[in-house]
Amino acid sequence: MMPSLNRILISLLYLLLINTTQPVYAKAKLSINIAYLTQEQKIPPQLSNLDPFVIDKGLKGAELGIADNNTTGEFTGQQFNLVKFIVPLEANVADTFNKDIANKFQYVIINLNAEQLNTLADLPAAKNMLLFDVSTLDDSLRNEQCRSNVLHLLPNRAMRADALAQYMLKKRWSKWFLVIGSSPEDRLYAEALKRSAKRFGMKIVTEKTWEHTFDARKTTQSDIAVFTQVDDYDVLVVADEHSEFGEYLDYRTWLARPVIGTQGLIASAWHKTHENWGAIQIQNRFKEKAGRWMEEQDYGAYLAIRALGEATTRSLSSELKLIKAYLLSPAFALNGYTGAPLSFRIWDGQLRMPVLLAAPRASIAVAPIEGFLHPKTELDTLGFDQAESHCQWTPQ
Amino acid sequence: MIKKTCLSIAIALLYLGNVSAESVFVTLENDNALAVVDPIAGKLIKTIPIGQRPRGIAISPDYKYLYIATSDDNTIKVIDTVSFKELGHLPSGKDPETFALNPAGNRVYVSNEDDSLVTVIDVPTKKAIKQIKVGVEPEGITVSPDNRWLVSASETTNMVHWIDTKTNTIVENSLVDPRPRAVSFTADSQQLWVSSEMAGSVMVLDANKQQLLKTIKFEISGVTADKIQPVGVVIDKQRHHAYVALGPANRVAVINAQTFEVEKILLVGQRVWNLAFSPDQKRLYTTNGTSNDISIIDLDSQTVTKSIAVGTYPWGVAVKP
Repeated sequence: MMPSLNRILISLLYLLLINTTQPVYAKAKLSINIAYLTQEQKIPPQLSNLDPFVIDKGLKGAELGIADNNTTGEFTGQQFNLVKFIVPLEANVADTFNKDIANKFQYVIINLNAEQLNTLADLPAAKNMLLFDVSTLDDSLRNEQCRSNVLHLLPNRAMRADALAQYMLKKRWSKWFLVIGSSPEDRLYAEALKRSAKRFGMKIVTEKTWEHTFDARKTTQSDIAVFTQVDDYDVLVVADEHSEFGEYLDYRTWLARPVIGTQGLIASAWHKTHENWGAIQIQNRFKEKAGRWMEEQDYGAYLAIRALGEATTRSLSSELKLIKAYLLSPAFALNGYTGAPLSFRIWDGQLRMPVLLAAPRASIAVAPIEGFLHPKTELDTLGFDQAESHCQWTPQ
Repeated sequence: MIKKTCLSIAIALLYLGNVSAESVFVTLENDNALAVVDPIAGKLIKTIPIGQRPRGIAISPDYKYLYIATSDDNTIKVIDTVSFKELGHLPSGKDPETFALNPAGNRVYVSNEDDSLVTVIDVPTKKAIKQIKVGVEPEGITVSPDNRWLVSASETTNMVHWIDTKTNTIVENSLVDPRPRAVSFTADSQQLWVSSEMAGSVMVLDANKQQLLKTIKFEISGVTADKIQPVGVVIDKQRHHAYVALGPANRVAVINAQTFEVEKILLVGQRVWNLAFSPDQKRLYTTNGTSNDISIIDLDSQTVTKSIAVGTYPWGVAVKP
């Protein structure tokens, strides 16, 4: 009762204040419409009952970005509007895109998989649009399969694997036991880990695919103990993106070894344990708005909309050509609450960003790890640097 | 005769007392404490428990009171600078971090980061008298020495808001480089200096026209641009030099405040954050967030003369003569 009453009072106070302190900056109103496109997800079988399945990952972050942009907009005379499109499970996203988004929006936040993203990016209607990818991790989309009308807001698998490898190198955990799940995504994550191992001179002493059961109640102590009886290693590196078995590994391995990768110590763009660099402010703001912790897709969508807000404010325009030019210019520097200015890599449209390394209840490190140097920016020690990229991307 | 000797001794003591009396007060965010340092002797005198997560700190114009934002207590405490007793507290609103005191010492202006507000507090009555809606995440805040302007910087909106201290309303907004942190007026109130953490720059604005005069960028060999994240900025009374704390670059930049050229870069401690002059402006004190110390810079020679361990996460600094 009390908090809601407080909130009402605060809202009333706001109304009064808006009347008394009308911002003076508000000149000509510039309206920027942004579409948010996603598809309903089939709720996957739960590994555990601890974490509820979040159905609006991404959307709440976009909404917070809009709210922040519009607070700024009160002073700059800019109004940001978000229109969401949630495609039903069985329906086709391209149909929605062509029917409801084409010719109506120039900026679209896309929370879909890699295949869907590129299908949309290749549509004729998308030619004069800018798509903000807030969910894919695919290295291919930052290389051969890159598209010049797409910007990527989350770190790809190679960036994550490099972040983990830098940390393991620092800890001198150079002998890896690589455990891979059975999904295609797990194999892609494993590929990224192998690339990083090579890059940082680490050795994969054993590689095994998990073929046992995916049920916590049936996966007995003995399964993992037997599975992990391999040649000595420093660290178990796991690639299990859907969290089907990775959580069982810790404390059950034959040898006492740490678990790192998609479970144990994980690499992520955002994490609930992260508090530094003013992060606590946005954690609070998000939780107040959404009633839950901010997930990676929320963070990606938040950054996408903040990037658009920043480009609009600086270029005093909503025109695609100017916005895109600003986003890809050296002048663009976005705060991501992670201690380094964020910007886009001009060779593949990937957001240049730190990667957080976190245990379930503790923030462990932030990559790039101290000591990994780069002539231009340490952030480019993560993922595909300009010389390594296979993206034939000519920013328009 | 005896009386006279006593008097001279007393005077001598008083004199000695004055010489070594300068005190540097440093809030220790992680230790929930206040460090008291004698900068002449170069020694940590004592550490006093002060409240949960102390950050922003200011001293009253008569040097009798310290105001300390104890963020997790959601208040600003008023502390006696001699006895260190808590004399009261101010209604700062939630999670106070930075605040500013007006030159007369009867108004405190607090940035309320979570609510995008600036709270105006009347010090004698200890009452909040107004809340001013500003941009997202207000942080840096200052009052011009002539008491005309209250300036609040919004970190996410990337603006400085010019607030008339008579009406407590915003009269102008200036867009600045990304993530503005600290705002500081020159002693003549003619210029506002704004540090920008994400762009790695300092902007100098004309306070009368609210227009940009100059953007100062920093280059340090061996340090990539990402690491140069300006935070604290102070300008000496004569406007000869300005000093800028460069955060994780672990350095303080010395800027010619007339030509805006960067003249010197001084290595201090890790993640240097806030700065304060000694009252005679002969020294500059820096809080070094992650190396848990403060550095003392001698301003005549422009060299770092000493670093003193003070405790974990030194945040703000205030000086009493």
